[in-house]
Amino acid sequence: MKMITAIIKPFKLDEVREALSEINVQGITVTEVKGFGRQKGHTELYRGAEYVVDFLPKTKIEAAVDDAIVDQVIDTIQSAARTGKIGDGKIFVSNLEQVIRIRTGETGNDAL
Amino acid sequence: MTHTITKLIAGVTFALALGTSLPSMAQDAKPAAGAPAAQAQGAAGPTAAAPTAAEAAAPAAAAAAAPAPAAAAQAAAPTAQKGDTAWMFVATLLVIMMTIPGLALFYGGLVRAKNMLSVLLQVFTIFSLIIVLWCLYGYSLAFTENTAFIGGFGRAFLKGIWDPAAATFSSAATFSKGVVIPEFIYVAFQGTFAAITCGLIVGAFAERAKFAAVLVFMVLWFTFGYLPVAHMVWFWTGPDAIKDAATLATESAKAGWLWQKGALDFAGGTVVHINAAVAGLVGAILIGKRVGYGRESMAPHSLTMTMIGASLLWVGWFGFNAGSALEAGDVAALAFINTLLATAAATLSWLFGEWITKGKPSMLGAASGAVAGLVAITPACGFVGPMGGLIIGLVAGIVCLWGVNGLKRLIGADDSLDVFGVHGVGGILGALLTGVFAAPQLGGQGIFDYTTNKMSADPYSIGSQVLVQAEAIGTTIIWSAVVSFIAYKLVDVVIGLRVPEDAEREGLDITSHGESAYHS
Repeated sequence: MKMITAIIKPFKLDEVREALSEINVQGITVTEVKGFGRQKGHTELYRGAEYVVDFLPKTKIEAAVDDAIVDQVIDTIQSAARTGKIGDGKIFVSNLEQVIRIRTGETGNDAL
Repeated sequence: MTHTITKLIAGVTFALALGTSLPSMAQDAKPAAGAPAAQAQGAAGPTAAAPTAAEAAAPAAAAAAAPAPAAAAQAAAPTAQKGDTAWMFVATLLVIMMTIPGLALFYGGLVRAKNMLSVLLQVFTIFSLIIVLWCLYGYSLAFTENTAFIGGFGRAFLKGIWDPAAATFSSAATFSKGVVIPEFIYVAFQGTFAAITCGLIVGAFAERAKFAAVLVFMVLWFTFGYLPVAHMVWFWTGPDAIKDAATLATESAKAGWLWQKGALDFAGGTVVHINAAVAGLVGAILIGKRVGYGRESMAPHSLTMTMIGASLLWVGWFGFNAGSALEAGDVAALAFINTLLATAAATLSWLFGEWITKGKPSMLGAASGAVAGLVAITPACGFVGPMGGLIIGLVAGIVCLWGVNGLKRLIGADDSLDVFGVHGVGGILGALLTGVFAAPQLGGQGIFDYTTNKMSADPYSIGSQVLVQAEAIGTTIIWSAVVSFIAYKLVDVVIGLRVPEDAEREGLDITSHGESAYHS
């Protein structure tokens, strides 16, 4: 099992969610986050005061998936979230030790 | 008769034509159709109370026949007309709306979310506090006859305005002979000016001042700063007693110091804006910069609120400026169109100035430009023609844009919400340009001569009027700065001006008031 964490542009969330549904990903967790990468921030000007906004709003998607579909999920997210411009985000893949469904006590792949 | 009041300079005017023999449809019901009648009334004394029954009968009589009421007016004291009175109620309500919620929201949107309620509450509380003080002693000290610098206590506790036993109410003079309004609404109208002036100051030290210190400072500054300046600039005994050069001299000698000098301030460029801006700047310097100023982001938390506030200010300002004519007539209409046009012009000039110099037109720029235009046209609105007003607005937008950029960096103080950059700079600019565009050769009203009841025959000198304006500006700046400095120092010793640093970091809403503006 793998945990896939993707940081994407907020307006791409719906497309990514739909694309993931089509390949039978059973669930994702979404969080509004802020951060910076190579895109950096922007400046805002209020009368005489200029502020550099370092952290841009992004959306974080987390999905726990079976090893068998990891590559497919990565491809799906990448194609759905991609605009080709700087700031499209990143996908992180990490090993997942265990998954437990709270209601039934199922574990491992059965709980995904 | 000491309580006859008004703002404006002896000798100047607009409302004018009304006091003369010009019949005006808009002024139906004006009891004094001619100057002689008005003078007779003036001799009787403006304090004479008008029975309410006569008030009701007058409009009907005036509407019925012109000559008859004129004769009747010779004998009776001037009676407030319902049209003028109704307009002053509306104008007063508009100025209240300017302050709460207008000014409160304008300022509130400009601070960080953690200090939103502190700003709203400071403005709300100051408004209430000043209204109470105004009725206890403020009105009397500002608008009764005494010295050229401060009034007396003749109207303390608002005594003498209503005589319940006789069922009479006294009237306040306007700028037209024989035209009066109920003194109570005059008290209320002027009270809202005092309240918004004090409310303006809090923008300069927002986000760090101790609430108790703000209130105590306002009591001191209102008493020793606002009241004397209001008296100096605005107090006179009214036009009714002025018949010739001798009576003009007698009456003028009773007026405020700057009024006697001929300073023009229709609705409060010096008394309200320069006065408040200087008090704010002194406060910003003495209280010190906000923690993290220049390093951390102090971006406005809601320019939506600021836009709503600026719009309420604009609408309310019609009460402020057009209401300052004190009657519903031609001069009020002149002030109205100037307040509309100059403000629109300033909004555009600030916005385009910002667009050209900074690259983007901003909502905050438009809102700031509108306020700058309103401030600048305030002293001029009843004296200048519409095209003069347009130019004042255009210049104000650009100059105040500099006020919050170049000038602000030059001064180096943390005037949080640019009270000085907008109200100080705009107020000074407007007061000076009033002297320029009031000139008849530039479409203005010139100087009104109450002895002849028409525009003064003496040529209008722009240079000398601008000098008089500068004198009024200088007097206000020095007076307000000295009073503010002493008041802040006193409060600092007794209470302390600032909240502790950790309280400032956490935000005044929680630490000073125990509540939050927003819940996520």
